[in-house]
Amino acid sequence: MTQIQLKNVRKKYGAHDVIKGVDLDIRAGEFMVFVGPSGCGKSTLLRLISGLEEITDGTLEFDGARVNEVIPSQRGVAMVFQSYALYPHMSVFDNMAFGLKLAKSSKDEMHARVRAAAEMLQIDHLLDRKPKQLSGGQRQRVAIGRAIVRDPKVFLFDEPLSNLDAALRVATRLEIAKLHHEMTDVTMVYVTHDQVEAMTLADRICVLRDGMVEQVGTPEELYDAPNSTFVAGFIGSPKMNLLAGDIAAAHDCATLGIRAEHIDITKADGLWAGKVIHTENLGSDHYLFVEIGTAEPLVVRQPGKQQIALGQTINLTPQAAMIHRFDTGGRAIL
Amino acid sequence: MMRYLKSVAFYAVVVVIVVVSVFPFYYAIITSFKTGTALFSIDYLPTSFDLSNYRGVLDSPNFIRSVLNSVLIAGATVGFAMFLAVTASYALARVRFRGRALLLMSILAVSMFPQIAVLAGLFELVRFLGIYNTPWAMIMSYTIFTLPFTVWVLTTFMRDLPLEIEEAAIIDGATPWDIVSKVFLPLMWPALVTTGLLAFIGAWNEFLFALTFTASESQRTVPVAIAMLSGSSEFEMPWGTLMAASVLVTVPLIILVLIFQRKIVAGLTAGGVKG
Amino acid sequence: MTATPTVPKGRSLSAQRKRAAFWFLVPMLAALLFVAAWPLFRTIYFSFTDTSLTSLYDGKWIGFDNYLSYRQLSSGKVIWRGTLVDPAWWNAVWNTVRFAFVSVALETVLGLMVALVLHRNFVGRGWVRAAILIPWAIPTIVSAKMWAWMLNDQFGIINDMLLRVGLIDAKIAWTANIETAMIAVLIVDVWKTTPFMALLCLAGLQMIPKDIYEAAKVDGISALRVFWRVTLPLLKPALMVAVIFRSLDALRVFDLVYVLTPNSKATKTMSVIARENLIEFDRFAYGSAQSTLLFALIAIFVSLYIWLGKMDLGGKADQ
Repeated sequence: MTQIQLKNVRKKYGAHDVIKGVDLDIRAGEFMVFVGPSGCGKSTLLRLISGLEEITDGTLEFDGARVNEVIPSQRGVAMVFQSYALYPHMSVFDNMAFGLKLAKSSKDEMHARVRAAAEMLQIDHLLDRKPKQLSGGQRQRVAIGRAIVRDPKVFLFDEPLSNLDAALRVATRLEIAKLHHEMTDVTMVYVTHDQVEAMTLADRICVLRDGMVEQVGTPEELYDAPNSTFVAGFIGSPKMNLLAGDIAAAHDCATLGIRAEHIDITKADGLWAGKVIHTENLGSDHYLFVEIGTAEPLVVRQPGKQQIALGQTINLTPQAAMIHRFDTGGRAIL
Repeated sequence: MMRYLKSVAFYAVVVVIVVVSVFPFYYAIITSFKTGTALFSIDYLPTSFDLSNYRGVLDSPNFIRSVLNSVLIAGATVGFAMFLAVTASYALARVRFRGRALLLMSILAVSMFPQIAVLAGLFELVRFLGIYNTPWAMIMSYTIFTLPFTVWVLTTFMRDLPLEIEEAAIIDGATPWDIVSKVFLPLMWPALVTTGLLAFIGAWNEFLFALTFTASESQRTVPVAIAMLSGSSEFEMPWGTLMAASVLVTVPLIILVLIFQRKIVAGLTAGGVKG
Repeated sequence: MTATPTVPKGRSLSAQRKRAAFWFLVPMLAALLFVAAWPLFRTIYFSFTDTSLTSLYDGKWIGFDNYLSYRQLSSGKVIWRGTLVDPAWWNAVWNTVRFAFVSVALETVLGLMVALVLHRNFVGRGWVRAAILIPWAIPTIVSAKMWAWMLNDQFGIINDMLLRVGLIDAKIAWTANIETAMIAVLIVDVWKTTPFMALLCLAGLQMIPKDIYEAAKVDGISALRVFWRVTLPLLKPALMVAVIFRSLDALRVFDLVYVLTPNSKATKTMSVIARENLIEFDRFAYGSAQSTLLFALIAIFVSLYIWLGKMDLGGKADQ
């Protein structure tokens, strides 16, 4: 069980600041997801934890011991890369055993550990193949297997699903979640730009923006109580309605946030009213896009089949308890 | 009609290019099959098929010796250069350190050296080491052009290898030496073969050092042997034998070059155009 | 949680890598110092002494005398000596520059033409490309001998061809004749080196995106205009590098001249005359001075090139 602590961690490339002072505790054994738009520094932060990049300033501690200067292989980390990064000239077995070979493990131990990992991932029939003879999903499993064989204390994932097609992505996501349940003593850090991956996998999510931590919390906390318009807009699908102008002013804030499922259609005397300009039917529920005079149409989620015709004017009332209020700086007003 | 004429003209140009490229070698082959007075009648098509020139060349112990010398020298120089260049090019291509650009520039500068500029100093060194008129003189001196060339080309190849594979190896606990020997070398075989072949051709063809650092006929390399081949008098060049010897030492090169055609073009451009 | 340091202390990754890089580079640099820097230094040193081939270690320091010195005779007449007033040297300089300029110019133009031909799709392109590689693959000495035979005054096929076509009315001693020796050298060099130029140009052409041509075609721009306005400017960087490399090669030419036209005043280049003095005439120090001058000339050329052309030597990683 390894607890990871980042204390005012900074990373500069020349004069360019990429990580601008990050304080973060990753608890032992938890599944932490770094999420944010591209260029927010989430991959860099992961690489600082792995040791592939050097920390410019601040401290990184594993279980209270400073590891800034420790080389990656001695940190007890394993990493799964976006491009899988398998050694093309080695068989699957050799790919998985490479780290053990370098560590001069005994042949028996090597075989036992590679077998165990391969069985766990159901790739034991592929051990003799070369990476180019494998499908994308199989390659990703081998990459994960290679990491498991190292028996890491910290498991790092750098956007491991982004090269897979949609169906495979869902299946592999499940696979990774299962892995987390089975390897309970391993701390996992996972980088993604996809908030759905973050929501479904994470024990806690760390939202990054511009090299700084925007908010850390469980998926529920982030969904229910975003502390900024940035997080509010990033977490959840469809994204939270963010309304400015008079509507917000009426509630004493600069921006008013309300999720699509927290808006009720009322017969008359609704707080807001508008024309339905577009609808999306998802089967179990449907979305109405309503023009109420704001920059973007208001999205309203309704259960079941669509009842309301396009072009109809409807009255809407937000659930008062579910209204999020933000100040002019985009911070939540509590 | 215009179109037709155009394509006829185009193919005429193609034919001219091919004929000009191939004709001298073709003519050398024709000549190598002629003996005696047949040599002095100018023929555009093969007229005789006499192998006695080839027999003469292959029976000459000094020619065989020269070929062996050249193989030994070019092989040893290239092997030595590749051995040093692989690790050096890893450092130059994959490790960030201060002064790297300057170092690369100096290496490029050395490869552009006029060889005559080091001839006097090398002559002294060769004499000092007591290796004058031995293959070692050439093995040592050829390093001056094979080493910068291999370092330069391998650096450009090494730069193109994927970063994440190297990082995966680092996470797996590989030291830089492990990365070079266990991960990159196996991935670079095609590049190594091409670079080695180009450097080999360079060493095989070298003339100035070989001419200067050899004295006896048995120590000559192929180019010196061919340049020095003469008949009983200065006015009686043994053209038939000369052409046979030329064809013999060139055919293996041409075959190699044609086999590795695509790779060679890639290697030449890596050494030249990329910048 | 008890804060037990579980991870051993070690050097950071970049320190480990830099250290390894240092040891990886040391053997290569040592080898280059040994076979390039040291001999170069010694050559330059010799050029300031009166060292001779037979007694390499007995040379005395004589300053610039090998380059330029003067003596005043009792009659008051001043006599200049040294390479810089040696007509044979200036003849060699002129030959070298003339050779380099004309050969590189011809090779560039012809190479570009061949590259443009090979850039088109046609039946048998692979074979044509293979064919043009043949001159490149033939050792220089061998091609010099092959052409020496073809250019032979009595039995050479070139004279025969030209006579048949009627371009000449008497056989020419191409390699022996003062007027034609340089032409002979140029013919062989152009024949041998144009393929190299063509391949580099072809590689450059293939880097130009195809849609530029298609856009020009749609706009109805004539092929010639496209070449001058689009192809050539885009090809320029690649072409420049090729031209520089070839020029440096041409400036140090030795083997072709030495073998094809031995002892011809009309073709003797700087390398040839320097080696002649160094080894054959036993004017070792004098030859060293000439070698040093050639080196200086090329060094100036290279530094100009590096200074003018902003070569991306460090690669993309340095950005």
